Amino acid sequence: MADHRPPPPQRFSLRSQAFRGVLYQMLAIGVIALALAWLAHNTLENMRVRGIQSGFGFLGSPAGFDIGESLFPYESSDSYWRAFLVGIVNTLRVAVIGIVATTVLGTLVGIGRFSRNALVRGICYGYVELFRNIPVLLQLLMWYLLFTEMLPPISDAINLGLGIWVSKSGLSIPVPVWQRGQTLALCGAVLGLVAALAWRRYAQLRFEQTGRPLPTFLPGVALVLGIALLGWLVGGAPTAWDVPVKGEVIVDGGAAATPEYVSVLLGLVMYTGTYVAEVVRGGIQSVAHGQGEAASALGLSRGQSMRLIVLPQALRVIIPPLTNQYLNLTKNSSLAVAIGYPDVVAVSNTAINQTGRAVECIAVIMLVYLSTSLGTSALMGWYNKRVAILER
Amino acid sequence: MSTVFQPIVARAAPVATEGIVPWVRRNLFGDVRSAIASVLLLVLAAVYLPQLIDWAIVKAVVQPDAETCQAARGVGACWGGIVEKFRLIIFGRYPFGQQWRPLLATLLMVALLVASCTRPLWSRWLVLLWVVVVGAFFALMGGGIAGLAPVQTDLWGGLPLTILLSTLSLVAAFPLAVLIALGRRSQLPAIRALCTVYVELIRGVPLISVLFMASFMFPLFMPPGVNINVLLRVLVGITLFTAAYTAEVVRGGLQAIPKGQREAAVSLGLGYWQTQRKIVLPQALALVVPGIMNNFISTFKDTSLVTIVSLYELTGSLGLAFNSDGDWRPFKIEGYLFIALIYFAFCFSMSRYSLWIERQLNRSRRR
Repeated sequence: MADHRPPPPQRFSLRSQAFRGVLYQMLAIGVIALALAWLAHNTLENMRVRGIQSGFGFLGSPAGFDIGESLFPYESSDSYWRAFLVGIVNTLRVAVIGIVATTVLGTLVGIGRFSRNALVRGICYGYVELFRNIPVLLQLLMWYLLFTEMLPPISDAINLGLGIWVSKSGLSIPVPVWQRGQTLALCGAVLGLVAALAWRRYAQLRFEQTGRPLPTFLPGVALVLGIALLGWLVGGAPTAWDVPVKGEVIVDGGAAATPEYVSVLLGLVMYTGTYVAEVVRGGIQSVAHGQGEAASALGLSRGQSMRLIVLPQALRVIIPPLTNQYLNLTKNSSLAVAIGYPDVVAVSNTAINQTGRAVECIAVIMLVYLSTSLGTSALMGWYNKRVAILER
Repeated sequence: MSTVFQPIVARAAPVATEGIVPWVRRNLFGDVRSAIASVLLLVLAAVYLPQLIDWAIVKAVVQPDAETCQAARGVGACWGGIVEKFRLIIFGRYPFGQQWRPLLATLLMVALLVASCTRPLWSRWLVLLWVVVVGAFFALMGGGIAGLAPVQTDLWGGLPLTILLSTLSLVAAFPLAVLIALGRRSQLPAIRALCTVYVELIRGVPLISVLFMASFMFPLFMPPGVNINVLLRVLVGITLFTAAYTAEVVRGGLQAIPKGQREAAVSLGLGYWQTQRKIVLPQALALVVPGIMNNFISTFKDTSLVTIVSLYELTGSLGLAFNSDGDWRPFKIEGYLFIALIYFAFCFSMSRYSLWIERQLNRSRRR
């Protein structure tokens, strides 16, 4: 008699999905490992044939090239790793200041596109479309050309007033001479900020208990400025300024920015600003119409409704794409190599040409940008968690 | 008694809300702040716009004559350099007598792009058309067949190279991107990890480092004795770079497809590849057309970077035209404006198209 029991469940089958999954994964890893091994083998073979040495040992030997600008002392006899450090600091200098400036510009333009004034709307639209559709490299080259060709040589530097000089050799601005008064003023500003935050917290608590709003913005500004002023006065109210003075061949004193730095910064900010403006506009548009209408029905002014109702909700939509734009700006700062700004790519490029260690130098570039990207993402991710409204 | 007809006083006409004057009143002088801004901006325009027009048109020099240009320097623009070097800027170092070939090839390619953007032509035949036109492009540019003189790829340049690099890298990146996007959503952890690492790695580094890799390290990767053309190396570099970004766009489309679609396909007995090919991808890819278009625009702009690894596309060929010539060197800024206009024309029209197609494709979702 035939056995009608169902077959026992199979533990293992060559046709099961699980087995095939494992097989595919092993195949994929195997193929990629083989390809990588082949590339590595070729690279080593090529290096042996061409007599290229490898390893990061060269970082300790003297670089032997000068770098146009550096935030800390550097000479051509310094080691390669110091040269790389100069490049990394220069990259970060562009990235950090660029991110701040681009946020301000982009937010203003993005809000400007909702202006009630048609001219303001038109100018914001024109700016976005014009600067977004021209390659950023071309824009950098154009700014640089404007700075180096159109401006007069340093002997005929133009005075923009207030001791600001501009010429082919860059921009010189007056800076206050740093004395005890400034230090105390800075401490005062920090103290004021703490006090302003404490006031805001108190105002929030009061509002939640009594429903009466207390002004926070103006008192906050007054606190920061007032305590800073107090510190400055206590420090003896120093008023010395280091004003640039034009000599025969140089503009001396004050703080100076090279044309390379100004062009890179201006080009990146103008380009990325368009994208940030679009992100901000999209974010504001994503807030439902009813929210703004409800705000005005409650008697909030246009500014209040923007600040208290629309922007906090728009921020949720804005933060993730804004992070992408910050990363793009940082990555695009590598284009500085085209106009001779000594960022990390330019330094690596020189190092490759001098030592022939392409693999190591490109690894340095990639490592720097990868860590910056991951760091920025982590920071913005943390901020995003803070502004995200918990959904039901 | 008789009532005498007494017309009441006519009511005042309602405030006009249509027409130019109300529009101006509402949009330029809506409130005090708006009015101040308008007056300020109009005054600025009245001061600077005539100067700009003066410089760009009225006092500009159009004849290709360096001395006239020098005389007008600082007063009027010098478009003469562009008139003189027009063909060098557009076609790079391509042999002068043969430049009808890149012209024809570029026109073919642009026509193909326009055809690919026209919805009624979206069919299988388009794939065949692509193969034919890309083949014709290379045949025309490279020569060596049908009696055309061979032209080495290092002589290719200008606008044809820009269009070639951006188009081919996106076309080559697309299948790779679909595979990577599927891989990132795969159930298999190893494949998912590989694809994620690839995408995040590429997206974390700037294009220029990928191009440096293509120009400095690719020669080391190949077996000794094998030399790969620099154009091909750069093309591979841009393709690998674009693939990571396109994969993210495609992944966005895949995520938008409801889970039920896949479950329904599985319950009908379709396998993984059948499900993806017949159910998921057709819906997902239709969603991501605007995103891919935007990717194409950024790739188009990014090709200007290859000038850093000495391939002379549009930006590079402008440098070729102006840097070596002392007479015209001071008027390079006009040259930059000229190619900026070319880039703008391409990118702006593509971004308009992207917006239009987005509206078209969303039509079925709107109710």
